[in-house]
Formats: sequence, C-alpha cells, structure tokens
Amino acid sequence: MSIKPVAGENESMNQMLLKRISIPNSADIDVAMAHGAYASVEKAYATRPVDVIDEMKRSGLRGRGGAGFPTGTKWSFAAMDPKMPRYLICNADEGEPGTFKDRFILEQDPHLLIEGMIIAAYAIRAVRGYIYLRGEYPVAFGILNRAIAKAYEKGFLGSNIRGKGVAFDLSVHRGAGAYICGEETSLIESLEGKRGQPRVRPPFPANAGAWGMPTVVNNVETLANVPFVISLGSEAYAQIGSEGSTGTKIFSVSGAVMKPGGYELPMGTTLREIIYTHAGGIRGGRRLKAIIPGGVSTPMLTPDHLDVKMDFNSLLSAGSMLGSGAVIVMDDSTCMVKATAVIARFFEHESCGKCTSCREGTGWLSRIYQRLVAGKGRENDIDVLLDICKKMKGTCFCPLGEGALQPVLSSIRYFRADYERCIRKDGCDAKPCKG
Amino acid sequence: MLSPGVIARIREARRQYPDARAAVLPALHLVQEEAGHLSAEVMGPIAELLDVPESDVFGAATFYALFRWKPGGRHVISVCHNLPCSLLGAESIIEHLSRKLGVAEGQVTEDGRFSFQRIECIGRCDGAPAMLVDDEYHGELTPEKIDELLARYA
Repeated sequence: MSIKPVAGENESMNQMLLKRISIPNSADIDVAMAHGAYASVEKAYATRPVDVIDEMKRSGLRGRGGAGFPTGTKWSFAAMDPKMPRYLICNADEGEPGTFKDRFILEQDPHLLIEGMIIAAYAIRAVRGYIYLRGEYPVAFGILNRAIAKAYEKGFLGSNIRGKGVAFDLSVHRGAGAYICGEETSLIESLEGKRGQPRVRPPFPANAGAWGMPTVVNNVETLANVPFVISLGSEAYAQIGSEGSTGTKIFSVSGAVMKPGGYELPMGTTLREIIYTHAGGIRGGRRLKAIIPGGVSTPMLTPDHLDVKMDFNSLLSAGSMLGSGAVIVMDDSTCMVKATAVIARFFEHESCGKCTSCREGTGWLSRIYQRLVAGKGRENDIDVLLDICKKMKGTCFCPLGEGALQPVLSSIRYFRADYERCIRKDGCDAKPCKG
Repeated sequence: MLSPGVIARIREARRQYPDARAAVLPALHLVQEEAGHLSAEVMGPIAELLDVPESDVFGAATFYALFRWKPGGRHVISVCHNLPCSLLGAESIIEHLSRKLGVAEGQVTEDGRFSFQRIECIGRCDGAPAMLVDDEYHGELTPEKIDELLARYA
C-alpha cells in the first residue's frame, strides 16, 4: 500500500490531533494510553456536565465538518431539551471530495475520537452514541470496531464507566455511498434505516434528531478536539488559532502539489504557507492556477488569494468558505471547464432527488458541462449556466444544491477566458479537450 | 432465502438500535457481503425479519451507491474519478484498466476474476490517483503499477 501513513512533515508543537499517529501501532489502546489517551475523561468527570459545556463554549471550538457552528452552543441546545434518551452521533461520513483529514484519526488514532465522544456524551447526558462511518472507509470500519471493543474492555464504555456511574454505549453504523448523508438530517434518516434525504429544519436535531430525540451530530475532527479543550483548559486552547477560529485545523492538501497530505496547522495559516511551505509547492515546475480551499462545494480562489488566512472569517471575506479544509490545488495545465465538469457530474450523481431545484438543476448544469467538454459548446452556454445558478440559489431544500453552484459561479467568475476558448474552440492554454 | 448465519448477524446488529428499521442498512451490507450482491428476492426476507415494509427496504437499498444488484468479479475494483484523482490522471487509469481487463466499466472479466467500476471520492486524495480493490486501498497509480497489482489478486 503506497498511501502515506503519516501526515506531512509539520511535526511542530502545533500538532495536537495528529500527534499520536506517527507512533507505531497508535490505534492500539495500550499504546494510545501510554501516550495520554483517555486522560481527559476523569478530568471531565470531576466537573458537572454543564461545566464541560461552558468550557467548550469558552474554548471557541467551532464544528470542523463544514458549517463551523460553535460546538458548546450546539451541545447546550440538546442539554436544555428535557426529552430522554439523548443521542450523540459522530459524523464520519467524510464525503466532501478532496477531504481525508478524518481518515487519519479514524484509522490511526480511533481512541482520540472515542475519548472525545465519551466527554461529549457526558456533557449532554447521552447514553447512546453512533459513529456514522462512510461505506468507502472499510479499513476504518475494522479498526473502529476493534477500538470500541477494547474501550469496553478497559471500562471506558459501558454501563458504569471507570466506576463513576456514567453510562455510554457506542457502535459503528456503516453508510453505503451517499454524499448527502454528510448533511446531518440526512445522516439521521440513514441511521434510522431510510433513504438518506434531508429533513426540514426546524426542528433541529438538538431537539428532534434520531428517533425524535435530542441529538448532537459532530464531525470526527470536532470531537477529536474535545480532549484537548479539557486537558489544556479552554483558555490555553483558545490561544491557538486566529480571531473567531480557535484551535488547529487538519488541511487535506491534494492536486498539483509536490507533497499532498494532511497538515495540521493553526487556524489562520495562509494558503501560501500551506501550499508552498508544507505541501512543497506546485508539481513539475508548473504555475498555480486555481485553489479550492474547502472541498468541491466551496468557491474557487486564484493565486491572488494566496495570502488569505485559512479560517472561517477570512475565507468568508475572500468570497469562499473554510468548508472541510480540503485544499485542492490546480496548476496552469488544468482547463477549468473540464475541472468544473467533473464537479458538476459529481453533484448530479449525488443529488438525492428530494427537491426539484437541485435534482433538475444539477442535471442541467452537468449536461451543459458534458457538452462543453465534448467540444460542442454553444455561444450562450455561459449565460445559461449562470441563469440556472440564479434559479437554484435559495430554492434548494438543503445545502447540497447551494454547494453545487459554488464551483460553477466561481470558475466562471475567475476563469471566464477558459469557457470562452472552450466555446469558440480556438485552442486552450491548457490540455486540449478530446472533443 | 437468507442464510442462518446472516439472519443471526442481522439479529445481532438490530440490538444496537432502539428501532428495528435502523438495522436495514447493516442487514443489506451483511447480505451483500455474503452473496456478493443484492437482489429483489432478498428484500422480502429482510423486511420480514425486521418488521419493515418490503417497499421501504427496497427504497433504502436502491438509494445507496455501494449496493450492487448484479454479481461482480471475485475482486471488485473501484477507481476514484473525482476531482483530485481526475487532476492526476484518473481517466487514463480507467482506460488502462478497461484495456488490460478487456471489459467495459461495470462488467466482469471472462474468468470471473475482476469487475471494475468508478467510485466517488474514497478519501485517498493524498495518494491520487487512487482505487479500492475489495477492501484494500491502492494509490499513486500508474499503468505499470496496476499491472503489477492485478497479478497479486487470484
């Protein structure tokens, strides 16, 4: 297997979440415990659940799955709802193309995730948890199941955790290939055994989630941060990162770079540092052309944006989003029409079919792109694409449809010349189309 | 229709949930793992076992991309064709595989050894272009590397 086992070479003091993965057999509970795993559980248990939630709020931790919602606040909504039982779900449906950050934790430090879930469950008083794992992660499935079994053996899961009278049961629920299930209400539908289609919100999962009960759904990386908030304390934790985006972020860097990989860096690290210092710059002496900063559903950026800080607020100001922190790098050999065609095809394939706007709109977008890359572009195709985006905007049932527009709008905005050349067929500065 | 072993494992999976319907996906996975694919014939027995309408089981089964409805090869090759892999040559990997195996996407080789298909992002973008062979990941694929890899699967 040629997949790099260890994330990039940034083994500085910045590393928290990926610290243990360079240790051999880091997924083994004894190895993990020898390096600090589960140490924060007793510290959390020594305080009240409400204190843990307050600590989370003070840490400034925001969700790492894409939306960036404050974690402590999300927990408090579920904790305030009197209905019981409550559920805790880990969203391990890492489906945003370009994203592979959670994979490091799932495969190489599962006990960090389980530790975070034990604390989250205590805070919201959930006695049952599920890890919703994407079907495309068969290796992680085996590793997580073994890790959970070991955590039961050591008394970190079960009806009386470490003799403290706290109960929490945990198991893995496997998805079966559906991008939409990364959206939390679709994920819950899927957990319940149904087609993974989104629910109307409100009510939010915090009040009516799995089986109608208060439910917190948190991303893997979010939950992996929890033990560090507890062990460092919220004040020290909040020192890491940038304004409005505390902590570190695992950036999944892929595409035309010398050293693709997962790089854990403080929130607010610039794109330039990520791409040139850590990922080794552009391959083959080529020039940078485009950057997708947060997975294919986030707007593309250009070399002019290299000094943008990778955090929630800075990316919004730059007209994009942090998303999952999946940095996809494209060089000057890339035709942006072709690249966007790949993304448009993906969204058509993954639209769940529930709402007309997304079901039909993603299909139209994709068909126009397939026509363009087949060399049959029409003079008004750019206008038609923009018109479809305009009609889909704000009319889709869930964020998937809105996400499908971002690569289209941003690539037309910044790389209109590629579209014009493609339509006029007067040659590209990129690889020629096969059409 | 379902083997006693699968029935026992579905019953075990069902205990993880407060509601039997939640065991539909685990049941479909278990059936597919044993039989290699799903079929209309197993929908009824799963529905009965979990006390869920057969149409709902069928509805769930047809929603998810990883459930197969026809036999695959002894080894199923799934090549990622999403953006990061595509930028680093996924299409030429797919063309090479098709030529090498002598079959089109979705088909099984004559000797029944392999079938291959496209798959959406498998989270191996740091090893792009990447693919899954059964439950094993392979990355940084080149035509030469694929030839060498295929020889390892009987």
